[in-house]
Amino acid sequence: MDNDIKINIKDLNLFIGNKHILKNINISIPNKKLTVILGPSGCGKTTLLKTLNRLTDLYPEVKVKGNIFIDNEDILHTNKNITEIRKNMGLLSQQPYPLPMNIFRNVTYGLRISGRRNRKILKNRVEHYLKQVNLWDEVKDRLKDSASQLSIGQQQRLCLARGLAVDPEIILADEPTSALDPISSQTIENEFLTFNGNYTIIVVTHSLRQAKRIADYVIFMYLGEVIEQNSADEFFNNPKEEKTKEYLKGIFN
Amino acid sequence: MKITLISRNSKDKFHFTWMTICLIIILFLPLLLGIGLYLKSKLLLDSTSVFDILFSKEWSPIEGKFGMLPFINSSLWVTIIAILIAGPICLFSAIHLTQYAKKSFLNFMHPIIDILSGIPSVVYGVWGILIIVPLVSKYIGPFFGKETTGYSILSGSIVLAVMITPFILNILIDIFQTIPKELQEASLSLGATKWQTIKKVILKKALPGIISAITLGISRAFGETMAVMMVVGNVTKLKYGVFQPGYPLPALIANNYGEMMSIPMYDSALMFAAFILFAIVLLFNFASRLLIIKYEREIK
Ligand SMILES: Nc1ncnc2c1ncn2[C@@H]1O[C@H](COP(=O)(O)OP(=O)(O)OP(=O)(O)O)[C@@H](O)[C@H]1O
Ligand SMILES: [Mg+2]
Repeated sequence: MDNDIKINIKDLNLFIGNKHILKNINISIPNKKLTVILGPSGCGKTTLLKTLNRLTDLYPEVKVKGNIFIDNEDILHTNKNITEIRKNMGLLSQQPYPLPMNIFRNVTYGLRISGRRNRKILKNRVEHYLKQVNLWDEVKDRLKDSASQLSIGQQQRLCLARGLAVDPEIILADEPTSALDPISSQTIENEFLTFNGNYTIIVVTHSLRQAKRIADYVIFMYLGEVIEQNSADEFFNNPKEEKTKEYLKGIFN
Repeated sequence: MKITLISRNSKDKFHFTWMTICLIIILFLPLLLGIGLYLKSKLLLDSTSVFDILFSKEWSPIEGKFGMLPFINSSLWVTIIAILIAGPICLFSAIHLTQYAKKSFLNFMHPIIDILSGIPSVVYGVWGILIIVPLVSKYIGPFFGKETTGYSILSGSIVLAVMITPFILNILIDIFQTIPKELQEASLSLGATKWQTIKKVILKKALPGIISAITLGISRAFGETMAVMMVVGNVTKLKYGVFQPGYPLPALIANNYGEMMSIPMYDSALMFAAFILFAIVLLFNFASRLLIIKYEREIK
């Protein structure tokens, strides 16, 4: 398999009850690049992200078929601990969901779960990751405050820091800026650009302009199918499929 | 244009007034209730000290002795044991139904729980006499080496626990369902197991709700009359122990009000029993409110 491919999805099908939600998905996601998933509402973008993280396991009514290879390991059929697989992927959702605890504990949640309790190391990590997401200066004096007191934009950055703290190789972000004010969303976007090269990042977005600014690689979905996938350059300047052209012209929006 | 505007405004005003009146009624009802009960029990309170009534064991209306300790004790014990039985069962069922079971199973269970909470309490009482009382006298009592007729505090608690289970369960299910799935997903994606997520995130988030659910259950259990009365024995000369008969406050009032009213102050004593009932439920609710507020300050 290609060394520059981090995630390889083969013939993925997903059903919820009788509904066929994801249809024959075949995708190759490049390593340490930023991939954007585009597509109209309801086409299955969120569902696809959750499948990558095996969060679909939460819903007994969801059936998944096919293979998802991450570093040549099929995470849909593996003996490996699912928590290990999940820890390898940071997840950022549309709305920030800080855990019901203070800021410090939010960042160290993943570390403490995996048994790391050394106070000094934890403190050190908190500072490191909060700095990485540009939140440190704003919260360093109130790490013991509850995370829900932060503004939405700050919460989203906290959620990013919390995800980074478990040291993932992949970041999954589902419309991470759509609920944010312009400045916070700029911050998140810039952080993605800074991270790019160190992480494999997958971002779902509805904003074509944002996609153009950040994407290395683009996947376009429509009604549960992948219509087109290509490097950002090719995708935006030279789309192959009729549906893609319509989408880029803004016909669906 | 202008006319419709005005009329809409006056309509709004009308609705506003109307709602305010309703609100005032709702706020004043408990107050009126409390005052009414207090005034009615004043006769007794004038002749005997509150302390003597609350902490004396002597209940002999003919001699003018109205010690209510046995009744208060029975009420507390029946309620506490019922909650100790029902609370954990409801909590674990609610966790299972909302976190592990298929949605279709929850949808199937919902109407069943509703039906259970709609069954009249006298039916639970009959069921208690037929099933629980013999169970306690033949099996549970002997198992602990106690002799009992079965009409006991324990039987009352068990019947009560069964009765309040659907009630508490319904509230708990609602509470767990309002916790966003994304919060759980966030915890899982950080490498937590499902059980760790439930313990560290979901229960923590749900705790204020759990406290109110339990308090509502307690209030309800505390005031429940019929079903408990049918299985608890209703003996005034009390010995202590869960296998002994008890005589909770609501049963005392229901059994005696309207009878033997010729005995002086009897009527007043029963009103005071009602007042105690009312006050304890009120206190419970206040206490849990305080607890919730304090807790929410901490995590929020
Ligand atoms: N739990 C569920 N039960 C039934 N259908 C579901 C469930 N979750 C998602 N779906 C369906 O799956 C399809 C894909 O949903 P998904 O949330 O993945 O879309 P999306 O591309 O993320 O949309 P959006 O851009 O609006 O977020 C939709 O048709 C949705 O109705
Ligand atoms: Mg979505």
